[in-house]
Amino acid sequence: MIETSTLWTVIIVLGIGSFGLRFVFTGLVGSRAMPDWLLRHLRYTAVAILPALVAPQVVWHVATDGVFDIPRATAAVVTLGVGLVTKNVLMAVLSGALTLYGLLYLLG
Amino acid sequence: MTSTTRKSPYREGIIDSSPFILLIIPFATLFGVIATEAGLNVVETMAFSIVVIAGAAQFTALQLMQENAPTAIVLISALAVNLRMAMYSASLTPYIGAAPLWQRALCAYVTVDQSYVVGISKFEREPDMSVPARVAYFLGAVTPIVPLWYAFTFIGAVVGTRVPESWALDFAIPIAFLAMIAPMFRTAAHVAAALVAVLVSLLTAGVPYSLGLIIAGLAGMIAGAQTELWLERRGAKV
Repeated sequence: MIETSTLWTVIIVLGIGSFGLRFVFTGLVGSRAMPDWLLRHLRYTAVAILPALVAPQVVWHVATDGVFDIPRATAAVVTLGVGLVTKNVLMAVLSGALTLYGLLYLLG
Repeated sequence: MTSTTRKSPYREGIIDSSPFILLIIPFATLFGVIATEAGLNVVETMAFSIVVIAGAAQFTALQLMQENAPTAIVLISALAVNLRMAMYSASLTPYIGAAPLWQRALCAYVTVDQSYVVGISKFEREPDMSVPARVAYFLGAVTPIVPLWYAFTFIGAVVGTRVPESWALDFAIPIAFLAMIAPMFRTAAHVAAALVAVLVSLLTAGVPYSLGLIIAGLAGMIAGAQTELWLERRGAKV
């Protein structure tokens, strides 16, 4: 059982902390100019963080107990490939989903 | 005001993030179910989703509390999972930093992976957007996501039925993110950033508190910036 007091402490402190992390730059830096070297790094935040967030899930998936899963890995490659070629988000999602379900059906 | 026929940025944001509706529903429901299974009542479960509004961090905190981890460890771990939000904040600052404080605070509250990726790809694609248009677009992008996050946490907590595992919805988020970022690879520097980040994230997968993600993200950003500089120097010589 989770103690009620522990739970509320976690909810409140985690809430404040998460807001703080989200607000730290937009709130405190605001419209002040940031140095060029920092902006140059920030340009690559999205293309670095999001693939890094996804990569371990593609390679060792939790749903398969951390074992490499052919349908999931193939679906990831197809999604990325279609997205790169067509630049179309919806096409990429649909191709990825089709690959995942197709392979899960064929191999499962 | 170039054209009156153009859609408002707010509505464009809603349209561009609408694919995430299908993903947010099962995940919010799952949190509701797992939270009630862990003994939280409906009020506590809802407070969790409304105050923290971060799926991965909420799952982390809940799991550690169930394992009776010390409160400090619960908080450090969950905040570490959310550390990427500070990087999103930094990356959004050049685009929306000039907005009024209350708008920046509102945007900060609703900064999640989905709104960030939808927002940043639009801002990069259309550098001429005005600051109010960017804020409107960003708020549009969270409109289909955040209310559903609340609503389906509630439904999960009350109804308590899980989506069957055979639907493989666990993989919906990776597919959506990959589809969203693929069109963002415009230069060799973007590719280098992603490749280095992926490689480092796999090598650091064992680092505790999800800090591997932050290390990988920073490594990727450095790789991107260095490649950009290198390409510039090469371009200058020719």
